[in-house]
Amino acid sequence: MSTKLIYFAWVRERIGKPEEDVDLPPGIETVGDLLRWLKSRGEEYENALQYPDVIRVAINQEHVGHREKIAGAREIALFPPMTGG
Amino acid sequence: MAGAVVPAIRIQREDFDVAAEIAGLTEGRTDIGAVVTFSGLCRDEQGALSALELEHYPGMAEAEIGRIAAEAGERWPLQGLTVIHRHGKIAPGENIVLVVAASSHRQAAFEAANFLMDYLKSRAPFWKKEHLADGSEGGWVEAKEADDHAADRWKKSRE
Repeated sequence: MSTKLIYFAWVRERIGKPEEDVDLPPGIETVGDLLRWLKSRGEEYENALQYPDVIRVAINQEHVGHREKIAGAREIALFPPMTGG
Repeated sequence: MAGAVVPAIRIQREDFDVAAEIAGLTEGRTDIGAVVTFSGLCRDEQGALSALELEHYPGMAEAEIGRIAAEAGERWPLQGLTVIHRHGKIAPGENIVLVVAASSHRQAAFEAANFLMDYLKSRAPFWKKEHLADGSEGGWVEAKEADDHAADRWKKSRE
């Protein structure tokens, strides 16, 4: 099953696209696993995810921590800390 | 009573009219004794900025502000609550965000508006990019640690 990844702000700019559908390889169980796997996909991902600790993640439009399991996620968004308000 | 208020939440490109939003909450009602409004405006940073561009996560922006507003409605006895957050390109002097909290007494309205803004800053999926007055593109605004601390204080103070 493919998962929709969405990127915002400088994560989007560095990866070079606003969203994509990916087939996650086996063994990617948590948000942290996903970030490590994405980072290995090329220079632009390496550049965007150089400091994974600062990356905020939402699964199905709700904030989650990096230890959260991603099983069943339809939509996973990656973005920098928020600066609204 | 607690949790009874249905918050009005709008994510929009257009400007808003503060007076009209207050009137929308209070018109025809006699039970409201206090209305607190907070407006956030775009400032030019001593002439350095020509605009802020606000990117947002459509869908999640409404959902997350809805969750924060629902929590405010559970914690304080509110009679009305409106939250408006703009996106797109916003010039210095223009409105960015509005919170209107109405209650029987002022303390609940003050605290709920304050809580809303602290949580909006650190949890609502919006990102500001600067456009500089000299025509160049500035960077993304960095999140302030102080904003996280501001949100954290609500965890302890009311328990």
